[in-house]
Amino acid sequence: MKNSVRSRLPIAAVAAVALILGLSACGSSDSGTTAEGTGKRIVSNPANGKVTLTIGSKNFTEQIVLGEIYSQGLEAAGYKIKKDLNLGSETVALQALKAGQISGYPEYASTALTSFFGVDPEKVPANAQAAYAQANGDFKKQNLEAFPPTPFASANAVGTLKSTAQKLGLTDISDLKGKSQDLTLYGSPECRQRIDCLLGLQENYGLQFKSFTPVDIALRYEVLDKGQADLSILFTTDAQLAAQKNKYVILNDDKHVFPAGNVLFVTDPSTVSKAGPDYEKTITEVQKGLTIPVMQELDARVDIDKQTPEQVASDYLKEDGFVK
Amino acid sequence: MEAGGERMSGLVPHLSLGALGLFGDAFDFIFHQQPAKTGGGLATVGGLDQVGTLAVEQLKVTVLALGLSIAIAFPIGAYLGHRGAGEGMALAIGNAGRAIPELALIAFMAAAIGVGLGNLTMALAVLGIPPILTNTYVGISQVDRNAVEAARGMGMTGGEVIRRVELPLAVPTIMSGVRTATINIVATATIAPLVGVLTLGDFILSRNVYGDEGVLAGAILVALMALALELSLAGIQWLMTSPGLRLGRE
Repeated sequence: MKNSVRSRLPIAAVAAVALILGLSACGSSDSGTTAEGTGKRIVSNPANGKVTLTIGSKNFTEQIVLGEIYSQGLEAAGYKIKKDLNLGSETVALQALKAGQISGYPEYASTALTSFFGVDPEKVPANAQAAYAQANGDFKKQNLEAFPPTPFASANAVGTLKSTAQKLGLTDISDLKGKSQDLTLYGSPECRQRIDCLLGLQENYGLQFKSFTPVDIALRYEVLDKGQADLSILFTTDAQLAAQKNKYVILNDDKHVFPAGNVLFVTDPSTVSKAGPDYEKTITEVQKGLTIPVMQELDARVDIDKQTPEQVASDYLKEDGFVK
Repeated sequence: MEAGGERMSGLVPHLSLGALGLFGDAFDFIFHQQPAKTGGGLATVGGLDQVGTLAVEQLKVTVLALGLSIAIAFPIGAYLGHRGAGEGMALAIGNAGRAIPELALIAFMAAAIGVGLGNLTMALAVLGIPPILTNTYVGISQVDRNAVEAARGMGMTGGEVIRRVELPLAVPTIMSGVRTATINIVATATIAPLVGVLTLGDFILSRNVYGDEGVLAGAILVALMALALELSLAGIQWLMTSPGLRLGRE
């Protein structure tokens, strides 16, 4: 599902406009980032100046923000940095990495396992460390290497309006048992045939819904707002969740239908040995503050407040004390 | 697969062997059910059952939208053409209509009135109106004035002139507008799954589920449907054209 989300159906851009109009009154008011100075100040190492790293990312908000955070962090550590933050898909990104066009890029563990290594979505470990170990093992077979995962996981989720959740007493997805047959569910067209979406909700939770209606992912909040959908498939790091904390809730996936999508920075061993220890150290350090609320907040600053990913990444690094 | 291969062998011999590469896989997808790539063994996709269901839906959406565009565009075009007035307006609407980005329109309407068949029908009808309006106007206004004068001289009323002289003479032009509208609509109905209606476009949009063979199968099926509609309308046009005109064109 992550793949489909990020493939950016053309309608998305257009509907986003309508969506943003609807959200215009509510920018991200309060800062969701962690307290000042939790991160260690990055020390510039002159020896790193000889090394040029090209940081890649796929071409949607969250990836570009991550690419900027890694780039600016590594720059602060003294590396020469080039950026290629507009790679079309995970396939393109992996090819670019293998061809040496980029030194590394952030990839979701779940996407890597399902898309690159043929793992069935339901077999993707729910535990972030286990998913990392498995993905890194597979990457190593291809002479690549992944650094440890981010705290946040980006995944599909069942979302609803807070008012609906309160009325029906919903906290976990399991709470839908006995109620789902009266509720409408909206999701992307391919959700119907995905084990990590509708099929998993039917199989693992034993839920049957009143109806499932396919819609473009850009409309996933729209259908809740319009009252057409009782439940809608959302994404855990959606900017809207940060911007309207009191409007939407995500139901807890207590039976693990939606695989963990923690981000791994994927690179290759020769770059690692060339770049020295500061490479991995800086990357794992700067991503430590990236919890789900923080990532939502950063995505919201770009998607809703219309700041540039570069600015958002720079603010994050400053707010967390990595750079002055 | 084997059993299916034998069943279909008269029509598509051993296409599942991949002799035709992706095209072979696409035909295989159309004729034989197979596991969804993302279903963990719980869902099958493709095969004539799913193809049939989605094709019927695509046809339904197309016919509804076409009907709506004819109902709106034809009377206006015929009236303006008969009066010989409003040429600027008819052509401006026709041309401006073509410039509306359909995805933007559908997204806008989804935001305004929600998703579903009604929204989709209206949005697709917007695609059908311009060619029908323009061609009806042009077809009728360009009918030989001598023929119209002769009809008036015979004592026909305005309505009779439209029905018995102008419309029959304008049939080829009007129908070519209808055919253009149909192709526009049936091709664009592939985006319907994004607003809650599952058409053949699902094969094209959900590549993760259906794979490249599903995408290609969807494209082939939509093209075949467009072709079939085009041929049927050409047949209808021939039947509607007055025998005298048919002869005159040979």
